[in-house]
Amino acid sequence: MSAEKTENLSWIDKRFPLTETWRAHLSEYFAPKNLNFWSFFGSLAILTLVIQIVTGIWLAMNYKPDATLAFGSVEYIMRDVDWGWLIRYMHSTGASAFFIVIYLHMFRALLWGSYRKPRELLWMIGVVIYLAMMATAFFGYLLPWGQMSYWGAQVIVNLFAAVPVVGDDLSVWVRGDYVISDATLNRFFAFHFLLPFVLVGLVFLHIVALHHVGSNNPDGIEIKEGPKGNRWSDKAPADGIPFHPYYTVKDLMGVVVFLALFALVLFFMPTFGGLFLEAPNFQPANPMQTPPHIAPVWYFTPFYAMLRAIPPMWGSQFPGVVVMFAAILIMFALPWLDRSPVKSMRYKGPLFKGALAIFAVSFVALAWLGIQPASDLYTLLSQIFTGLYFAFFILMPIYSSIDKTKPVPERVTS
Amino acid sequence: MSAQGVNTDRRRVLVAATSVAGAVGAGFALVPFVASMNPSARARAAGAPVEADISKLEPGALLRVKWRGKPVWVVRRTPQMLEALSSNDPKLVDPTSEVEHQPSYCKNPTRSIKPEYLVAIGICTHLGCSPTYRPEFAPEDLGPDWKGGFHCPCHGSRFDLAARVFKNVPAPTNLWIPKHVYLNDTTILIGEDRGTA
Repeated sequence: MSAEKTENLSWIDKRFPLTETWRAHLSEYFAPKNLNFWSFFGSLAILTLVIQIVTGIWLAMNYKPDATLAFGSVEYIMRDVDWGWLIRYMHSTGASAFFIVIYLHMFRALLWGSYRKPRELLWMIGVVIYLAMMATAFFGYLLPWGQMSYWGAQVIVNLFAAVPVVGDDLSVWVRGDYVISDATLNRFFAFHFLLPFVLVGLVFLHIVALHHVGSNNPDGIEIKEGPKGNRWSDKAPADGIPFHPYYTVKDLMGVVVFLALFALVLFFMPTFGGLFLEAPNFQPANPMQTPPHIAPVWYFTPFYAMLRAIPPMWGSQFPGVVVMFAAILIMFALPWLDRSPVKSMRYKGPLFKGALAIFAVSFVALAWLGIQPASDLYTLLSQIFTGLYFAFFILMPIYSSIDKTKPVPERVTS
Repeated sequence: MSAQGVNTDRRRVLVAATSVAGAVGAGFALVPFVASMNPSARARAAGAPVEADISKLEPGALLRVKWRGKPVWVVRRTPQMLEALSSNDPKLVDPTSEVEHQPSYCKNPTRSIKPEYLVAIGICTHLGCSPTYRPEFAPEDLGPDWKGGFHCPCHGSRFDLAARVFKNVPAPTNLWIPKHVYLNDTTILIGEDRGTA
């Protein structure tokens, strides 16, 4: 580094901790050397968030949050705005990509035991991010003002009406009208614009917590508790390597593969067979007629299937709503439900591995069931898989403590 | 606190009092933001009653009228349909309409003023979808016992032709019957009954 450059940098460093931040979070942030494929999804989640914010702001330049104009303005973006179709499809594909990445990121946390001490808060901030993402996606889905937008929002907002006593007033307050209307569309647009920036703030907290406790790894071994000293520092963990350049370069490889797949969907199958963009949403919203078959977008369907699985009790559909929200809220308790002496799935026994497999199958099965029309058989299956989903959490204190675990090595394996 | 002459108790009281006053102020500041999300005066005023012209309604047909942004159905039931209604009774949650989802003058076996015409709000009492009109008897997908009614596409709730809910479906209660009144033989006013009926 030239003398002049060093001088400029030190001018800044006296006023803003630039070099210090760079070191603490990149060039001297020591991540475990054994991170594998599953570690890609954290950085990919940030990438998809950036894609969504950038494309979203550009869409907002031409979109009109008005019940009489919204559907037309989306078609206008698709047909008349230069490259509008690309930006719109990036945004719609990006929404699904974001959820795919996040679901894999969360599954990775289950595999590595990344929710265990000392990462409880890191995990809980992550669940809050997931909730905020779902809220953002829900608000955004009304904006094209298609049939599925309208009736999807109608169903979800009516969930609030199921709350005893205050329910009806609450749902009217959320809609700002007695039905989904222009007022609802307008405020959903405002929230859809706001929430991504809240997400950015939450992601910041998530990374602060991560860098404070250190990254987990496929072995679930705390490198900070292992021997010290590596090529870069005597005090750094022996099994750690600097995030930059080692993992920045590795994650870049993940980005390349991700973008290739993303482009494939974007250019050749933007509706993804009706999963990413549902067919009824190409018709303008009609408050007088529900389409013959409505289903939420795929990333909500596991919870939607649970909602449908619970029959009304005591003359109210509230229990179904409670179960649906409990399915997400129970994730907050996960750090304290797992009593296994080991963190990583690599050293957990057959009971926990089996439970995780059943849980993953149940989640996918519920996602599929949530897309299907209601029938007696499917309702029964949804009830079974809902039971299995909750059993994974509720029975965890039992099976995780009686499970036969394998011995954990002192150092990470390569 | 190590400084001399500092009354820590008094400090604590002052800090607590200031915090409470600040929190109350913040609470008041929240009121306009929460209240502005309620329906506006215009939205509240938009609930005017509407008229439905039933002169061209064929027997067995359904007419949709928009009232307060919601679909209201007018169904002209055929004699066979009316005859079949009572056979549904054992399979219904509330066959005698005990839950007050209808004006008192519609608390009868057909849930209507004139047995021939059903007037109901076409919004499922489960989560607000609009059920599909399925007037045919014993269609393949709804089973041999189906004697006409409404099937909700969203979550599979079923209602008979008096808008009464069947057992073991997600919807907990019968569909709503709005206030209505016959202005003459071919016109129904929906949303108002002028205190008569």
